Amino acid sequence: MSDVEPSLRQVLMLGLAGEVFALDARQVREILDPVPVTRVPGAQSFVSSVLNVRGKVIPLADLRVRFGMPPASITPDSRFIVLEIDLAGEPTTIGIVADKVYEVTELDAATLEKAPPIGMRWQPEFIAAIAKWKDEFIIVPNMKQILN
Amino acid sequence: MSENADPADIFRQESAELLELLEQALLDLERSPGDRDLINTAFRALHTIKGSGAMFGFDQVAAFTHEFESAFDRVRKGEAAPDRELIAIALNAKDFIRSQIERPEEADAVIGVCILADLRKLVAAAGVGSPPEVAPARPAEGTSEPSTWRLRFRFDKDVLVNGANPLLLIDELRSLGECRATVDCARVPALDEIEPDACYLDWDVLFTTEHPRSVIDDVFLFVLDEMELKVEPVAAGETAAPAAPTSDAPSTPVHAEPAAGASEASAKRAGAKETSTIRVPAERLDEMMDRVGELVIAQARLTQLAAAGGGAMGVAEEIERLTSALRDAMMGIRMVPFGSLFGRFRRLVHDLSRDLGKEIDLTTAGEDTELDKTMIERLADPLVHVIRNAADHGLEEPEARAKAGKPKAGRISLVARHAGAEVLISVGDDGRGLDAKRIRAKAEEGGLIAPNAVLSDAELHQLLFHPGFSTAKTVSAVSGRGVGLDVVKRTTEGMRGSVDVTTEPGQGTQITLRLPLTLAIIEGLLVRVAGARYVVPLTAVEECVELSAADDSRSKERSFLNIRGDLVPFLRLRELFDEPGEPDAHQKVVIVTAADTRVGLVVDQIIGSHQTVIKSLSKLHADVPSFSGATILGDGAVALILDVPHLIALGQAREMRIKASAPEFA
Repeated sequence: MSDVEPSLRQVLMLGLAGEVFALDARQVREILDPVPVTRVPGAQSFVSSVLNVRGKVIPLADLRVRFGMPPASITPDSRFIVLEIDLAGEPTTIGIVADKVYEVTELDAATLEKAPPIGMRWQPEFIAAIAKWKDEFIIVPNMKQILN
Repeated sequence: MSENADPADIFRQESAELLELLEQALLDLERSPGDRDLINTAFRALHTIKGSGAMFGFDQVAAFTHEFESAFDRVRKGEAAPDRELIAIALNAKDFIRSQIERPEEADAVIGVCILADLRKLVAAAGVGSPPEVAPARPAEGTSEPSTWRLRFRFDKDVLVNGANPLLLIDELRSLGECRATVDCARVPALDEIEPDACYLDWDVLFTTEHPRSVIDDVFLFVLDEMELKVEPVAAGETAAPAAPTSDAPSTPVHAEPAAGASEASAKRAGAKETSTIRVPAERLDEMMDRVGELVIAQARLTQLAAAGGGAMGVAEEIERLTSALRDAMMGIRMVPFGSLFGRFRRLVHDLSRDLGKEIDLTTAGEDTELDKTMIERLADPLVHVIRNAADHGLEEPEARAKAGKPKAGRISLVARHAGAEVLISVGDDGRGLDAKRIRAKAEEGGLIAPNAVLSDAELHQLLFHPGFSTAKTVSAVSGRGVGLDVVKRTTEGMRGSVDVTTEPGQGTQITLRLPLTLAIIEGLLVRVAGARYVVPLTAVEECVELSAADDSRSKERSFLNIRGDLVPFLRLRELFDEPGEPDAHQKVVIVTAADTRVGLVVDQIIGSHQTVIKSLSKLHADVPSFSGATILGDGAVALILDVPHLIALGQAREMRIKASAPEFA
């Protein structure tokens, strides 16, 4: 669809600590119900564990840590979103935790705005853009920076 | 292999093998100069490279190889002896061919011309003093007077299928002299029994030529294995029409001298045919390995389910048997014998011997020992370093050897063997041995160890593998810069192996690399620390003991166990991994070892052995040193694999600290 309307981008909407995030749908490989994860002692806190996705061991990233949100436990609504992201030239499969997955929708590129440099709780480099969706402000995270 | 493979690539691949063969033959020839088999092998390799080079458009290669071949032909004819100098030039020529094929832009034609000039000079000097064009008149070999030979040959039935064309061979004969050929059709069967692609014809040829006898063998060089050839001289007046082939006239033995070598080689080749090989791209094997790995995991799950449910136990066992057989077969495919690597080192030692002015004998053993292909490739560089070190630092100068009453030629031995689930590769020399005092002095000078630190010999030797460490007084072109041995250690540990050093002053040094058989699947010991399960590679596990209450409480300040009189430092994995809460009542200690150093790992429970399919961790976890990878357990959960060398280093650091703070303790 984005071929026809380049101004529209397909995104996956997810909820995290009361905020709504939008991920580029092209990065999303699958969405899983939570499975047991294995903690990796000594790893950085935002990628503190690994899990098994179809015979591959992939890291599980927690965006809460990067955005300074309070930790929360897994609920029936929680989902693991498996993404494929280019990290330092190498396609890397990672999982991220979401409190809730809403839907796949289209974002009008015209509504995307650069993150304001001040007046935000979060580190600006982690945010690619702020967008408007159903009268709500949503965050388009910069996954490469977050995982760097 | 993909069907649209570039023919030039095929040529490159084949010529790489042929050049290897040529190099081995040349090196062998240096040791036994009279061996005709070797000369023929080398000649054949050259000839094939020339032929296929021309066929695939590598004209420069073909031209150079042709010149090389012509010069070498004098060796084949026994007119020049393959001495040390000649072999050295021939090896250079071989290297030149390789660079012409692999990096044509770097192969300067001038170098080729120089090599050929040297080569020609040498074979001419070594010969009986006549230029190669005029072959020396040797009665048995032929003369420049025309002589007549009667040739009878009979091809194997399937010679046509294999690509030979008898008519072309006769044409080639015709180009060398006068030919009168008659065909014997006695073997042709009845029409309904004829196989259209079989050769039933025999030939009887009267051949008059000014060339020596050997040209006949040259014509048939590549089909000698598939034919019978009788060659007999015919007196000058006796050139009547060939007699009927029924005559059982006495003839010279079927195999002339060069043919003898060929037939032996053909016997070897026939043996090789029985175990025919097929080239498979490495990625396909890797992919298959992944699938087998998944199968092993699925099977483990099935076993677990069957054990719980009961009913399917028989099926589960059957599948277990199949899976492990499949896994072993898969591993077997990835295995290559060590000999493939040893070959390269013969050349290295040859060159080192020349560069260092030391006579060196290389002995090898265990060429049949097999190891995972990727590991063999990764081992090549480290072993080069070890061998260079042995030749440069290990072996004494010739005068020093004479003084010590040792044989003039230093010995370097290269041995590969299996030991349990490990492969040991040792490089030994009979040189001066390591100088513990000098290592210590250098290490203190470089600040690697505290002055007067108490170190065992093994610990002292491990310092050799520290980056930048070198005890060499001078830096030579070959070694002494202190890079090298650290590469050995890093590469070996990267493959979950270790390096041992044993040395005897004045008797020599032996460096042994211990490696697991494969990188893909290992036997592991599954342990539990708090709620998490970890895998310890079984090859590193020495024993498991219980942590006694006394050791447990005493160890608050000093974490040492007394294992049969030896003090072994131990690490509490709960502490190391920041697991809160109280440990289990009966903690166990897994004693792991690497490079003769032992460390105990305190765990809550030992679950048992576990067939571990190794999965690598992502880049995001590259900064976590305690784990070398991960695996998937029967219930689908992930367990991390402990990196034993790292944990041992941690334990050692702790031990050093304690020793430093309490010297009387040691």
